[in-house]
Amino acid sequence: MTLPRRLHFAVTVRLNTTLISITVKRFVNRWFAGLVVIASVACGSRDSGRAGADSGGSPAPRGGADLTGAGATFPNPIYSKWFAEYAAKTGIRINYQPIGSGGGIRQLSERTVDFGASDAPMSDAEMAGAKGGPILHVPTVVGVVAIAYNLPSLAQPIRLTGPLVADIFLGRITKWNDSRIAAVNPGVNLPAQDVLVAHRTDGSGTTYIFTDYLASVSPLWKSGPGMGKEVQWPVGLGGKGNDGVAGLIKATPGAVGYVELAYVKQNDLAAALLQNAAGQFVPPSAASATAAAEGAVAKAPANTDFRLSIVNSPGAQTYPIVSFTWLLLYRTQPDTAKARKLTDFVRWALTDGERDATALDYAPLPAALVSALERRLDSIAPPRVAR
Amino acid sequence: MMDGSATPPASAAAAPGGVRIDGAQVADRAYRWVTTAFALVVPLLLCLIAWEVFAAGWPALSKFGLGFFTESDWDAVNGRFGAAPAIFGTIVSSVIALIIATPLSLGIAIFLSEFAPRWVRQPIAFLVDLLAAIPSVVYGLWGVLVLVPLLRSFVMPFFKDTLHLGDFALFSGPAYGPSMLAAGVILAIMVLPYISAVTREVLLAVPRSQREAALALGATRWEMIWDAVLPYARSGIIGGVVLGLGRALGETMAVTMVIGNRPEISASLFAPGYTMASLIANEFSEATSDLHVSALMAVGAALFIVTVIVNAIARWLVWRTARTAA
Repeated sequence: MTLPRRLHFAVTVRLNTTLISITVKRFVNRWFAGLVVIASVACGSRDSGRAGADSGGSPAPRGGADLTGAGATFPNPIYSKWFAEYAAKTGIRINYQPIGSGGGIRQLSERTVDFGASDAPMSDAEMAGAKGGPILHVPTVVGVVAIAYNLPSLAQPIRLTGPLVADIFLGRITKWNDSRIAAVNPGVNLPAQDVLVAHRTDGSGTTYIFTDYLASVSPLWKSGPGMGKEVQWPVGLGGKGNDGVAGLIKATPGAVGYVELAYVKQNDLAAALLQNAAGQFVPPSAASATAAAEGAVAKAPANTDFRLSIVNSPGAQTYPIVSFTWLLLYRTQPDTAKARKLTDFVRWALTDGERDATALDYAPLPAALVSALERRLDSIAPPRVAR
Repeated sequence: MMDGSATPPASAAAAPGGVRIDGAQVADRAYRWVTTAFALVVPLLLCLIAWEVFAAGWPALSKFGLGFFTESDWDAVNGRFGAAPAIFGTIVSSVIALIIATPLSLGIAIFLSEFAPRWVRQPIAFLVDLLAAIPSVVYGLWGVLVLVPLLRSFVMPFFKDTLHLGDFALFSGPAYGPSMLAAGVILAIMVLPYISAVTREVLLAVPRSQREAALALGATRWEMIWDAVLPYARSGIIGGVVLGLGRALGETMAVTMVIGNRPEISASLFAPGYTMASLIANEFSEATSDLHVSALMAVGAALFIVTVIVNAIARWLVWRTARTAA
C-alpha cells in the first residue's frame, strides 16, 4: 500500500512538465520583467560612464550584454553570425533570444528588450499597444520559401503555378497526374501517386509567408484558411519545425510541403519551379528573391513604413514566395548611448552584414532599399530632441 | 604552511564550544523550518500552476463555454478554438500505449521474478530500466526514422492487404505512417520500463510463504503465479500501470514527432491525430493574439483536469483492490 501511494506523487509531477514550463515562463515574464528593465537601465548608465573606455576599441569582457533583443527564429542563423562578427569587430555584445516572433513582439511591447524581431509585420493594434511609443520596422534580409516534394521518378524539377499550389494545399488536387498539373508540365510522365501534403504544425514565420502567398493567388484560400502563423489546414500532416516538414517529405513518397530554402539544400530535396507574376517558371534562389524584393519596393509608396508584403512581385526573374524579416525598434529611445549602439549596429548589418546572407541561404536586400533604410534610421531620437 | 592553516579552525572551534546546546537548538529549529519550507514548495507550486493556468485560460473558457471541450475547430486565424481532438488524442494514444505495454511488462516482470536465474535477472532488469533513461527526443527520432517507415511499409499494408481489414473503421483511410498507432507504439516503449520495474519489485515483495502455500496445495507453477502471486500484488501492479499512464499522458516531444499533428477525431488507428501537450508546445511560442494564448492556457487547464481525474480514478482503483484483497 505504501508503494502505490508514493507512485501517485510521481504521476502528478511527471504529468505537468509542459504546464510547469509555461507557468514559470509567464510568471517570470510578469513579475520579473521589471527587474530586467531596471538591470538594463543600471547597465546602460554604467556603460555611458565608460563610453570613453569603450571607444578605445578594446573589447573589455563584461558581465551583461550591451543590447538585448528577442524574437523570430527564422533569421536566427544570420543574426547570431552578425552578433558574433559585430562583437569581434567593435566589442559591442548583443544578446538575442530566438523565442519566436510572437514572444519578440510581446517583450518589445513590455520594453523588456531593446529590440524585437519578427517574420510577420506588427498589426496596427499591436503597434498601438506598445508601451514605448511608435515602432519602426527595419527589413534585414529576404527569406525564401521553397515548395519541396518527393517524386523520385521525375528527372527534372516539376513546374507549378500559384492556383495549383493552393488547390493542392486545399485538398482539391489529390493525384500527381492530375490533368491540371500535367498541363503545365508537357512531356513529363507524372506518376499516378496520391499527393500527401506536409505543413508546419508549430506557429511559424515560414507559414505566414506561405499562407500570405496562397491568399494572394487563391480567393478560395483567402476566404477559407486565410493567412497567419498557424492556420487551420484543410489536409495533410503536420511536422514540427522546418526539419520536421523536410523529414516528412523525405520519408514519404508523393509528399509535398513548404520549407525554407536552406532546408531544401541540407536535405537534398527537390524544389518545384514556380510560376511568377510575369508567367515565368523560376527556381527558388537568393538572386530571384532579391529581384522580388526589388520589384516590390519599386512599387511601394514613397512614405512606406516597410511593412510590405513582397509575395508575387512583378518582374521576369522574381521568385514569388519571399518575405522580409524585420527588426523592430522604438523610434523614441530613452537612452542616447544605447540608441547610438543600436543604430550603429543596424547600419553595419544592412551594409557589411548583408554579405553573409547568401551563404546562409537568405537573400540580401536590394541596394536601393538599404539606402532608404539608412535614412530612416536617422529618425530614431532621444526623448527630448536637443538638436 | 601546514601549521598556519591548521591553527585558525582550532581557535574558531573553541568559541562556539561554550554555547553548544543553544546552537544545537537553533540549528534544530532552523532545520525544521527549512525542511517545512521545502515540503511546502511542491503544493504551492501545484496551486500556482492551477491558478495561473485557469486564470489565463478563463477568457477562452468563458467565450466558448463547454463547446471548448466538445468542438473540433482549431482556427487561430478566425479565432475559433475547440480542444476536442487534442483531448481525444491524448487519451487514445495513452490507452493504446497501455494496451500494448501492460501485458508486455507483466510478462517481463513475471519472467524476471519467477523464472530467470539470478545471472540473467540482473542484466535484463538493468537494460529494461535503461529504457527509462533515454531522452524522449531520441525516441522521437527513432520513431521518425525507423518506426514510422516500418509501420507504413509493413504493418499497415499487413492489416489492409493481407488481413483485408481496410473496410473496418479501425484500420481505414490512407496509410501515411505518422499516426495515432505510431504515437501509441512509441509511448508503449517509453512507459514499459516504468510498469515493468514497479511490477517486478512488487512481485519480488510477495512473501515466499504465499508461493510455498500454493505449491503445497498441489498448484503448478503457472497456477501458483496466476492464483497466488498476481492477486497478492494486484494493487501494486495497478500503481505501476498508473505511473506509466501518467508518463504517457504528459509526454510531448516524441509524440509530436510521430503523431502527424492533425486536429481531427478519427476512428482509424492509421489516421494522424494531435495531443494536448503537443498542441501547447507547438503553438505557444508564436501565439500573438490574446485569445489564442488564452485558448492554449485553457488546453493546459484541460490537461490538468484530465490529470486530476486519472489520478482520482487510479487512487480509487488501488484503494478498492487493496480493500478487497484484505
